[in-house]
Amino acid sequence: MKGKDVLTITGFSRDELEQVFDEADLMSSALDRGRSLRILEGFVMATAFFEPSTRTKLSFQTAMLRLGGSYIDLPPEEASSRAKGENLADTIRMLDSYADVIVIRHRVEGAARFAAEIAEHPVINGGDGTRDHPTQAMIDLYTVRRALGTVDGLTYGVLGDLKYGRAARSFILGLSLFKPKKVYLISPPQLACRRDILELLEEKGVEYEETSSLTSVVGELDVLYVTRIQRERFPDPTEYEKVKGSYKVSMEALKGAKGRLVVLHPLPRVDELTFDVDNTRHAWYFTQAAFGIPVRMALLKLILKG
Amino acid sequence: MERELRVSKIKDGTVIDHIDAGRALHVLRILGLTGAEGLTIAVVMNVPSQKLGKKDIVKVEGVALEEEQVSKIALIAPSATINIIKDYAVVEKVKVQVPALIEGLLKCANPNCITNQPREPVKSRFKVSSVRPLKLVCEYCGTELNQDDAIRQLTGGAA
Repeated sequence: MKGKDVLTITGFSRDELEQVFDEADLMSSALDRGRSLRILEGFVMATAFFEPSTRTKLSFQTAMLRLGGSYIDLPPEEASSRAKGENLADTIRMLDSYADVIVIRHRVEGAARFAAEIAEHPVINGGDGTRDHPTQAMIDLYTVRRALGTVDGLTYGVLGDLKYGRAARSFILGLSLFKPKKVYLISPPQLACRRDILELLEEKGVEYEETSSLTSVVGELDVLYVTRIQRERFPDPTEYEKVKGSYKVSMEALKGAKGRLVVLHPLPRVDELTFDVDNTRHAWYFTQAAFGIPVRMALLKLILKG
Repeated sequence: MERELRVSKIKDGTVIDHIDAGRALHVLRILGLTGAEGLTIAVVMNVPSQKLGKKDIVKVEGVALEEEQVSKIALIAPSATINIIKDYAVVEKVKVQVPALIEGLLKCANPNCITNQPREPVKSRFKVSSVRPLKLVCEYCGTELNQDDAIRQLTGGAA
């Protein structure tokens, strides 16, 4: 995996993902024991986030620091040369000459692939437009593995904005690399999964069903992946008004769910996942966010050192 | 009685045969020919073809095709053959080939694709996932283009 660009989750094989997860287990236990690591001492990571981020950026930076490496961060637009009109290509060339790996998030789709074509060093996609968020999907799948011991043979519900949400999209793509029992795609019709994803699920032989009702399937689920409606990606704000608040996961909505149902959310949440779920055994989303560190540590180690 | 349509031979130029029926005028547009250039042009449409059922043929006197034009023709008429004519004889016959990757010829339909951003040194690039029916997938953002999209873009008109 050394030198590999991380652009899409399907750019990885199941074996490679399991290698990342095994490595993440090691990182996780090292963190639990409070061990300080020097695996990436002398390495520099550049974070170039052209879109807002809390967890992704901070967890990449923390992961690098925990491995003994360091990072540089592209300043906000008004404080950098981008305010003078510097394009993405030139920005990436500069970062490539300063750092050993670049993590990029951009509103434009394909920005990470383009950056990877320019940069000599590996590029990690921290989210591009409505398309891909591969490291989030790794964390999500890893959380399922930690919570239930396996990713295979489970019934999944992916709820929310399946049209514009890159985390949901990448999670579904990630599931296609494993052998889920069934995947329910739960969304208002306006936010239904795009055709290319459905075609891929069919091609991979993954059983799926589209529905707009959580209630009708909640009792079957082992994992419920909840996502936010991506307000910022709607081409037409009136379309957003029509669907906002159209689903809500609360303890009321989880009536009839299996006792060991794992609820995930890539966060941030708005109002689609209520606080009354937080203190129940279903709530795995804060642990999921915490797993961002060992998983990203594992990935950085494998990409930079093999 | 003669029942077949006869089109006279050309002395020097190009014959594009086995064009999908109904697309000869699109081929002329790709070649940038309107008829006003004064060249001898024969357009035969919807004639019987063993391979295609029906086909179109375009003959143009005094014109040799450029590589980019051949690539564009391949996208709208993937079975076409191009015959180079010198002194009434076919001196070269080439079957067009739809390449695995189409670079720089078409524009991605997604305005939020990196290839549509101003001031970025990047060309559009599509993977050909199917030739018939034509299905192209943007390598950067995954947006799909179909046959009608390609025809519209390459000919600047309705499909």
